[in-house]
Amino acid sequence: MTSSAMGNASAIVIDPDIDPRQRKSLVEGDHDFTSITASIANVAERPKPPKAWYVAMAISLPLTLTLFGIIGYLIFKGVGIWGNRQPVSWAWPIVNFVFWVGIAHAGTLISAILFLFRQKWRTSINRAAEAMTIFAVVCAGTFPAIHVGRIWMEWFLAPVPNDLEMWPQFRSPLLWDVFAVSTYATVSLLFWYMGMVPDLATFRDRATTKIKKVAYGIFALGWRGSSRQWHRYERAYLLLAALAMPLVLSVHSVVSFDFAVSILPGWHTTIFPPYFVAGAIFSGFAMVVTLMVPARALFGLKHVITMRHLENMNKVIVATGTMVGYAYAMEFFIAWYSGSTYEQFAFINRAFGPYAWAYWIMVSCNVIAPQFFWFKKIRTNPLAMVVVCIFVNIGMWFERFVITISTLNRDFLPSAWGYFSPTLFDILTLCGSFGLFMTLFLLFCRYLPMVAIAEVKSVMPQAHPHHHGDDAHGAGTHSH
Amino acid sequence: MHAKAHSPAAPAERARPLYGVIAEYKDVDSLMAAARKVRDAGYTRWDTHTPFPVHGIEGAMGFGMTRLPWFVLCCGLTGLSIAVLLQWWTNAVDYPFLISGKPLFALPPAVPIMFELTVLFSALGTFFGMWGLNGLPLLHHPLFEHEAFKRVTDDRFFLAIESQDPKFGLESTKALLASTGVCADVVPVYGNGDKGALPNWMKNFAIVMPILLLVPLAWIVTARHSTSPKTRLQLIPDMDQQLKFRNQTRNAFFADQRNERPRIEGTIPRGLLREDQQLHTGKTGPGENDWATQFPASIAVNEALLKRGQERFNITCAACHGQTGVGDGLVSQRATGKYPSWIPPISLHAENLLVQPVGQTFNTIRNGIRTMPAYSQQLTVEDSWAIVAYVKALQKSQAFPVDKLSPEERQKVASVPR
Repeated sequence: MTSSAMGNASAIVIDPDIDPRQRKSLVEGDHDFTSITASIANVAERPKPPKAWYVAMAISLPLTLTLFGIIGYLIFKGVGIWGNRQPVSWAWPIVNFVFWVGIAHAGTLISAILFLFRQKWRTSINRAAEAMTIFAVVCAGTFPAIHVGRIWMEWFLAPVPNDLEMWPQFRSPLLWDVFAVSTYATVSLLFWYMGMVPDLATFRDRATTKIKKVAYGIFALGWRGSSRQWHRYERAYLLLAALAMPLVLSVHSVVSFDFAVSILPGWHTTIFPPYFVAGAIFSGFAMVVTLMVPARALFGLKHVITMRHLENMNKVIVATGTMVGYAYAMEFFIAWYSGSTYEQFAFINRAFGPYAWAYWIMVSCNVIAPQFFWFKKIRTNPLAMVVVCIFVNIGMWFERFVITISTLNRDFLPSAWGYFSPTLFDILTLCGSFGLFMTLFLLFCRYLPMVAIAEVKSVMPQAHPHHHGDDAHGAGTHSH
Repeated sequence: MHAKAHSPAAPAERARPLYGVIAEYKDVDSLMAAARKVRDAGYTRWDTHTPFPVHGIEGAMGFGMTRLPWFVLCCGLTGLSIAVLLQWWTNAVDYPFLISGKPLFALPPAVPIMFELTVLFSALGTFFGMWGLNGLPLLHHPLFEHEAFKRVTDDRFFLAIESQDPKFGLESTKALLASTGVCADVVPVYGNGDKGALPNWMKNFAIVMPILLLVPLAWIVTARHSTSPKTRLQLIPDMDQQLKFRNQTRNAFFADQRNERPRIEGTIPRGLLREDQQLHTGKTGPGENDWATQFPASIAVNEALLKRGQERFNITCAACHGQTGVGDGLVSQRATGKYPSWIPPISLHAENLLVQPVGQTFNTIRNGIRTMPAYSQQLTVEDSWAIVAYVKALQKSQAFPVDKLSPEERQKVASVPR
């Protein structure tokens, strides 16, 4: 731009794609409210889902049934069907639990933290990410529940008055974990469902069959878009976001206490809570990207879930991935700096012991893979980003594997050292949990509003009144 | 709907009362302008309906902040108090958990649960409080009778004034709304009393279901207060059913089918050689009351033995008998009064025990007496004699006249905190 043109710059219309002063619009293309509703509701309203949906379902449903079958067999037979043996008594079930809880962090992070920071780009991806949170918590909760062995004694975890006149031990991190994960599951579910009510009302009002009308109608709770209701609704949404924000940071901190409060070298470190939270956000975003890239293409939502959204998520991934890398390095530094031989041995064993292969898979997937996102070309290429994100997810599973198993396999007594090998049931349980997750996600895509319709409308330019007039905002008016 | 639906021409005015009038708008700006007009005209019972939250409409409609945050604050404080009380009462009062000598209740380890319950209660309060204040869920609303109102969740904006408003007049209100930027005719809306009611099957369900839910509970209560000769139902083969022979059961492997094997003639199992009768039984003869009055020859009564006896006594016996032997051990203190069947241990300083032969005391430790169990599995023969020696010393120490103590010893006794 020349200096003479600067005078009337405001009159010049510049393509927002190249104008650095303007942000790209959140909804791409020439859309109004009607077409936004139609395009999002179409996912659930079209008579048949795309072929790929059936293919994905054909893979994930049998896996889910396998999981249920294994759980039944496990209850009947006992945890001996898994490879959990001394010295590695905390094996894959805990690895899988921590892995899924980590995945569950992205949804609430996107909905709560980005909402509080007024990051409007979150609106189109928050619904699907929250759904993923719920489904990941379902998968996560399964593992501690089934791995206690005698699942019919599980009520011991809750403070229930009983014959033994005995109460849970509230100073144990394992009990904090029960409270943290169940609170997180409840709050995430409330947040997700409450956000969905206005969109369920949209589905109810567009329903063509009586079954749909009744089903969506019941869950829409009689929503009629009243402004007085919207006002309280938005206030409640803000409150839930404010409550969920410390919660999301606390959940993985508490999970990390399971390890950090014990006195085992390799676990007993103060860096665990922040390191676990960064890792959780890292893996959660990677999972969101992995699922959203195919979903937006399959269901025709590219105008709502735009490249800008994906790029922003990839930036979060490279940031958190680097934090995780820093934590890996810091663990080694502290092991050396502490002067504790046991701590030093634990880390040397981790990187060069019998599980060195797992350690280096973890480092390459978690530290090196996300660095490719420094390049805009890779960051904005759907295929490339999915590949990187799958590597990240593999890496994050191995991170939990390394932490849990490489610490336990060589304990203080060399004669007790052992090598953990998973059984077929271990592998099938893990695959089954992926099946359960995918089945729930596919059902969600098909039958529920995958994008927050009302919220997307509220960030469109048409949604904003052009002048505020003489309204005294709330002054001298009654509370209600 | 079904056959019960009223035809519009029927004498339905009574069943279908006037709800109010409704106006439809195409965009946010015309709705906002209309809202200001209605507000300024002094209406109070009216509302706007939009597909998404319109910011600034609170001012245009003239209503203030919701009370919801205060409600949530109360819920959060409730959760916090419950967390503190629960942890303090369960772990420090009702069932004191003493772990590594740490305080029974301290704030730092209580923080995670305090935080979680505060958040949980606040979130539940937010969710249910919001729906409660909003008057939802609702099975039906008169506005849903207006066909065009379906677009309120899609792309249209509505303004409805209720007939209950003191300023409401069917014609005047219609005229007021018609003068705003409406995109369709302003029309009256009639309620439909029938639709708002719960269907009969739901009502029946709501009555029958709670009763059915009580059945399993009642069954559990009955089961807990009755006995049955049958073995208990085992859905899952637990540790109770293991692949092994249990004591006192039939074993087809042996000719006599006895699972417990008799000792082979002429042999003594390892470690069961009992040559010194006094050492192993506390008796000096075959009679019932031939109690040894002296320690066996192989037990040297010296300070080392007393120390050993004190250590074993405090580990094995003091839980019931108390460290001084008066019968105030922690188990006894806790059980007395709580369990009617509990019989507190007698004092080791009772008259008859002071003169009891050492052999008999030894026998009591090995084989138990009345409700006291036998400790021969927990203690070696030597340790049992050490305890006998310590008990005798303890009895002497408690029955020693104060005036026979030397001044230094008396001072020492007086300085012990009570």
